[in-house]
Amino acid sequence: MRVYCDYNATTPLAAEVTEAVVRATRDLFGNASSVHHFGQQAKTAIDEARSAVAALLNGDPSEVVFTSGGTESDNFAVRGAAAAMETSGRRHLVATTIEHEAILNTLKALARHGSRTTLLDVDQSGVASPDRLAESLTDDTAIVSVMHANNEIGTIQPVAAFAAVAHTRGALLHTDAVQSAGKIPVDVRALGVDLLSLSAHKFNGPKGAGALWIKRGTRLQPILTGGRHERNRRAGTENVPAIVGLGVAARLATAKMAAEGARVAALRDRLEEGILASVSGTAVNGARHCRVPNTTNISFDRVEAESLLIALDLEGIAVSTGSACSSGTLEPSHVLRAMGLPTHRSQNSLRFSLGLFSTDDEVTRIIDTVPRLVDKLRDLTRKPQAVGSK
Amino acid sequence: MRIVVAMSGGVDSSVAAALLAEQGHDVIGLSMQLYDQSEGQTPFGSCCSLDDLHDARRVAAAINIPHYILNFERRFNEEVVSNFVQEYTAGRTPLPCAHCNSDLKFATLLDRAQGLGADAVATGHYARVEDDPANGRRLLLRGVDTAKDQSYFLFSLTQGQLARAVFPVGDRPKAMVREYARRLRLPVADKPDSQEICFIPNHDYASFVEARAPDAPHDGVIVDEQGHVLGRHGGIHRFTVGQRKGLGLPSSAPLYVLSLSPADQQMVVGPKASLERTHLTASSVNWMAGEPDRPLRLAAQIRHRHAAAPAMVRSLGDARADVIFDTPQVAITPGQAVVFYTDDVVIGGGWIDSGA
Repeated sequence: MRVYCDYNATTPLAAEVTEAVVRATRDLFGNASSVHHFGQQAKTAIDEARSAVAALLNGDPSEVVFTSGGTESDNFAVRGAAAAMETSGRRHLVATTIEHEAILNTLKALARHGSRTTLLDVDQSGVASPDRLAESLTDDTAIVSVMHANNEIGTIQPVAAFAAVAHTRGALLHTDAVQSAGKIPVDVRALGVDLLSLSAHKFNGPKGAGALWIKRGTRLQPILTGGRHERNRRAGTENVPAIVGLGVAARLATAKMAAEGARVAALRDRLEEGILASVSGTAVNGARHCRVPNTTNISFDRVEAESLLIALDLEGIAVSTGSACSSGTLEPSHVLRAMGLPTHRSQNSLRFSLGLFSTDDEVTRIIDTVPRLVDKLRDLTRKPQAVGSK
Repeated sequence: MRIVVAMSGGVDSSVAAALLAEQGHDVIGLSMQLYDQSEGQTPFGSCCSLDDLHDARRVAAAINIPHYILNFERRFNEEVVSNFVQEYTAGRTPLPCAHCNSDLKFATLLDRAQGLGADAVATGHYARVEDDPANGRRLLLRGVDTAKDQSYFLFSLTQGQLARAVFPVGDRPKAMVREYARRLRLPVADKPDSQEICFIPNHDYASFVEARAPDAPHDGVIVDEQGHVLGRHGGIHRFTVGQRKGLGLPSSAPLYVLSLSPADQQMVVGPKASLERTHLTASSVNWMAGEPDRPLRLAAQIRHRHAAAPAMVRSLGDARADVIFDTPQVAITPGQAVVFYTDDVVIGGGWIDSGA
């Protein structure tokens, strides 16, 4: 039996979601833009999903634009805002150093076309400071993008404080809530943000569906041009089954959030404490008091995380080293490095992320397995001449 | 037995993995990512490009074994690329594949394999290993397909490394390897053999070296054997002993590079006859079959595509050797390896320092 403990990478579908996606794929084939019955059916399903996503965020359905996922939502927010505000001379873009590549590489791309960019540092616990944002802001800052919860360490940023600071200079505030939406309460009004990205597959919805919440009145240039879908904001025939799945996942998350959050947090804490207690030379990366409930990132002294990851997979336990690159190899984590961890520690760290189907038995199995594998790997590093000599 | 197979995405290592899996071993495929795939720089190459990693993964899926890609960028740079650059700037012609085998595949990768509980590392090399009943040593032998033999690139493996090396395709001809791959419908069955140095797919070694050693001198004189200046060259790293093309010299008779001197950046050229040498010395010699206590008559091979020639080989101690060929050999090249054989058995090998 395999144990899946990599929910921050992606999640299995909730049973209700699978059923809804299958049904929509089969029955709702109409083009939501069509005038006839088939189109209307699809349109109705999309509108239901829009209401469900709005309810998850405490937003209005008219403020929700469906996208292909978190990356597109991030691109839409940053590129759309940069393009819309360029006419008023605002060409400065701000983000933190621990954003997802969807933000960081978008900023890099825009910098090549004349935008000025600033990246805000984080402290040792992985948290960025709104005071530092205040120092970096100028009158030509277009948008500030601050991730809500980090994908690798789970730390939550003080987004509301960032939004307040950004607005003092007329800049927009975008938050990438891909790792928080569906896991913890995300209230766009309380956060005071202008733009928010989420992705269905991070909370038991299907891949290929996400949303950008755009506060009413926010000027944003579309990045996909074409037909008049999504109120002229995102062209392209809607992926109805995936959007329906996103809606069901949002509804489930809203209903179960309090109970499920507590259940998963208890599992995560037991896992974390179990490993810290049974394996020497371990430490948790990132602020423990201020995290999403499902994530822990642990460094193992004198262990190559890459090897431990593979050894665990061979035992049937799936975890992660953080973010995967194009070929699926271990890259030194830019998040852990940004927190000021030495390179060796950023290569010693594993991320465990739990979710809907995680069980107590699975946590027990991980706690039982990790110490044995760590011992084996450490034995080898103690004997650097394992290969033998001439 | 749990065995790690170093999978490059080529047909040989793919078949190596398939054979071991068929024999019932617990096979784990590992591929080494040797350079940054994400920065969009000029990709290094044919051996280890993203496509090849993808091919390795497809083969692993086809034969139903677990497969992982390890990030060896830093190690590859430290162990192989930097040596390659240093050697060229020192007027020598490097042999990076040999370093990759002994310093990466059967070193770092073997360590990782042991961490995963594996007893051995297998590769797709055309070579064989056998125990010598006489003295209990592990011997390295040429592959059965002598046209494809790669024992030359494996001469620097230690006894400890050889004890954990498995070469599943070494006992069959290449044609059979391809046929086996086709029979199993492996997606790489008809993939062309890799050529040259994997991390420089465009073969432009000079630009590669210059990009990594920007301070390397790029000017020097070309002289003939009598010391007459014939012209200038763009840096000794651009040349190799025995090279004829690209010297930029007007001459009625063809001229060849005879030697390269890093100290004064001087390049000596001359007619082909002057490339012939009967004597060489080698260092960092690895006496695979045991260090000889007297001169031996062996066949000595001075580059990958060289028919091993009869020679007297003598250990000078301190991992050095002296080689005297029966007949003159063309272009004994410092930086390349000299490997000694008795029939198919590798007796030892070392790095060529100089010929005379």
